[in-house]
Amino acid sequence: MSERAFHHDPEPEPSADDEDEASEDAREVTTGAEAAIIALEEAGVDMAFGVQGGAIMPVYDALYDSDIEHITMAHEQGAAHAADAYGIVSGDPGVAMATSGPGATNLVTGIADASMDSDPMIALTGQVATDFVGNDAFQEVDTVGITQPITKQNYFAGDPDTLGEDVSEAFALADAGRQGPTLVDLPKDASKAETDVQPVSPETPETYHPPETADEAVIEAAAEALEAADRPAILSGGGVIKGEANDELRAFAREYEIPVITTMPGLGSFPETDELSLGMAGMHGTGAANMAITNCDVLLGVGTRFDDRLTGGVDTFAPDAEVIHVEIDPAEINKNIYADYPLLGDAERVLEQLDDALTDAPAAETWREQCQTWKSEYPLDYETPEDEPLKPQYVVERFAELADDDAIVTTGVGQHQMWACQFWTYTEPRTWVSSNGLGTMGYGVPSAIGAKLGAPDREVVTFDGDGSFLMTMQELSVAVREDLDITYVILNNEAIGMVRQWQDGFYEGRRMASEYPWIPEFDLLAESFGARGFRLEEYDEVDDVIQEAREYDGPAVIDAIIDPGENVYPMVPSGGDNGQFALSEDQLDNL
Amino acid sequence: MSSGELPGPAPGERMRPEGRRNTQGIRIDPEAEATHQPRHAVLSALVKHEPGVLAEVSGLFSRRQFNIESLTVGPTTDDDVARMTIVIEEPEPGVEQAKKQLRKLIPTIAVEELEPEAMRRELALVKVQGEKPDDIQSVAEMYGGQAVDASTDAVTVEITGSKQKIDAAIEAFEQFEVEEVVRTGAAALGRGEETMDANGYSEE
Repeated sequence: MSERAFHHDPEPEPSADDEDEASEDAREVTTGAEAAIIALEEAGVDMAFGVQGGAIMPVYDALYDSDIEHITMAHEQGAAHAADAYGIVSGDPGVAMATSGPGATNLVTGIADASMDSDPMIALTGQVATDFVGNDAFQEVDTVGITQPITKQNYFAGDPDTLGEDVSEAFALADAGRQGPTLVDLPKDASKAETDVQPVSPETPETYHPPETADEAVIEAAAEALEAADRPAILSGGGVIKGEANDELRAFAREYEIPVITTMPGLGSFPETDELSLGMAGMHGTGAANMAITNCDVLLGVGTRFDDRLTGGVDTFAPDAEVIHVEIDPAEINKNIYADYPLLGDAERVLEQLDDALTDAPAAETWREQCQTWKSEYPLDYETPEDEPLKPQYVVERFAELADDDAIVTTGVGQHQMWACQFWTYTEPRTWVSSNGLGTMGYGVPSAIGAKLGAPDREVVTFDGDGSFLMTMQELSVAVREDLDITYVILNNEAIGMVRQWQDGFYEGRRMASEYPWIPEFDLLAESFGARGFRLEEYDEVDDVIQEAREYDGPAVIDAIIDPGENVYPMVPSGGDNGQFALSEDQLDNL
Repeated sequence: MSSGELPGPAPGERMRPEGRRNTQGIRIDPEAEATHQPRHAVLSALVKHEPGVLAEVSGLFSRRQFNIESLTVGPTTDDDVARMTIVIEEPEPGVEQAKKQLRKLIPTIAVEELEPEAMRRELALVKVQGEKPDDIQSVAEMYGGQAVDASTDAVTVEITGSKQKIDAAIEAFEQFEVEEVVRTGAAALGRGEETMDANGYSEE
């Protein structure tokens, strides 16, 4: 096979002057597969992540003549996570491609991940020919059935004449309103069949009407409640970033001097360096954020679904607070937490409406002082005894110090992810790329690839765990092939550490299947992939190793051997009271 | 192996609000808190008439653990639109969430909860042993039904009406030994001149 089959270099981009001419010369659709690819081009897609296979071959064949750059991943799950991360950093739907059967089922975890985090993504899957559908043919699986609960909408594109339109609509839907994944299943005969129907530019279906501005009467009432608040707080969620409402939220908080708490997906929506920032709330949130969210009397939640890892037990969540809920998805209102003032609409526009309706800032000087007191009472802290194994928090903190201000952090899932939340300082949106809702171990390696390709000029660092890294490390081959400048830091405690932490805390220390003393030496493994590998064990090497890895022009893997006894605190036990977070394992016992 | 303790006042030493929320996330006065009684809700939905929509709707309800009592679907005067009638039994807040999730589906055009006095009909076919055809006919007439098939051994009767009426009819037929029953589930429309379109129920 020629090299083109693995990595198709795009033709040079046409210059702006040529654009009109180019569209006149636009390729005529001749097959369903070409309609699918031209629909993506019309939508502005310039990159796709995927893995070849039998039923999707016609679509890949159409890609051969396209300017869309295709990144061949090692595994379809990697393609889905890379597309997801590409979507997070760029704001535009990432494209994941896979063949039928196992190709499609391997995408499922990544699609579910995108669904939970409202990440924009479109998946194209091959399918057996329509004559064979339902016959349990080779590599047949009911992809539309399987992905129905985890997509905004999915399509079985069995008609070559409407196939391009299905792809256009799927793209538009992934991007519109509350973003999320869509999928188009492409049976091989429809892809191969002749058609001359040209795809249209992406449009959402007529039944789809995301709300734009909130009801003025509710705005007035919410503004009144906020003005009268003694203890106001803003909870800034992932929807602030997805809705590009960061500037409005920042201006709003500062103008009315309201302390800001973020959710995990909301990291970066408000700068953690700002005095009003209390950091992230929830299970492993800061003491200040959890005290403030528990004791506030008006809570302005923007673009958040009040997930259980954030709220802890619903009974004790902000129990004195009137809740103003700014949300684009009506199904999120009153789902977990009752909204006294539901403000349906686009976060940016609703914040403008609220700003227009407010005349005075709430008189909350005492409350702001209280929040500052909590910040100093509950610093995120850790011990650094120089004669003991490295503390993971130190590694994260040093990297944050040495990295570019707008560096992008991606993670796997587990303890390392929480340390990356706690000890990195997030100041800009789209710098936190993580599996927040689904909690997908293995998200780290492929997400870095998608993030780097979606934001090529930005520094990308991935904090991973040894367990998470093992799940998708084959994608390192892609980072090497594409020569991507990514620094992977494995916070290696030879364990699936969060599970071990829970076993120690809640299962009497019975460490069933949580310790990984058999893992490979990741620095050597990285070298065998063609990446640079580093082993990091001593405090006095930390800065040097980080800098050397950062400066290496290509993927580098730091295997940081950390203190296996280190656990993540503060901690609110599952379903617990946010205000009663434990500062140590001993305190957990008394809750 | 436990980590050291982070600084700051321990849980028992912190400011702690008195208030609480109920399981629906609503702030409550614990003493006044009443539990929501389950109720039957009849939802009428206009959906795009295309393959997979029925699976999407029924899948949605089962995944989110709403109890469907019945779900019927059929074409409307518009070839592109089908109408569903869904009867669910849920505690009050569950009904609201069910409506919102149903509205959220892309092929959904409109969803309305019908008033309790809405017209509701279902159809049942009841097959009974055919030894006493005249008696069967009289019972069928009592319930406004009619025999639609008869053989030497069995008579099948068609009955249309409310759920309660059909329940009662089937009970009455028990005297002839019911062999088989099939019921359609409810089809329902709101009373009066109001009709439903993409904006829900409104007067023309």
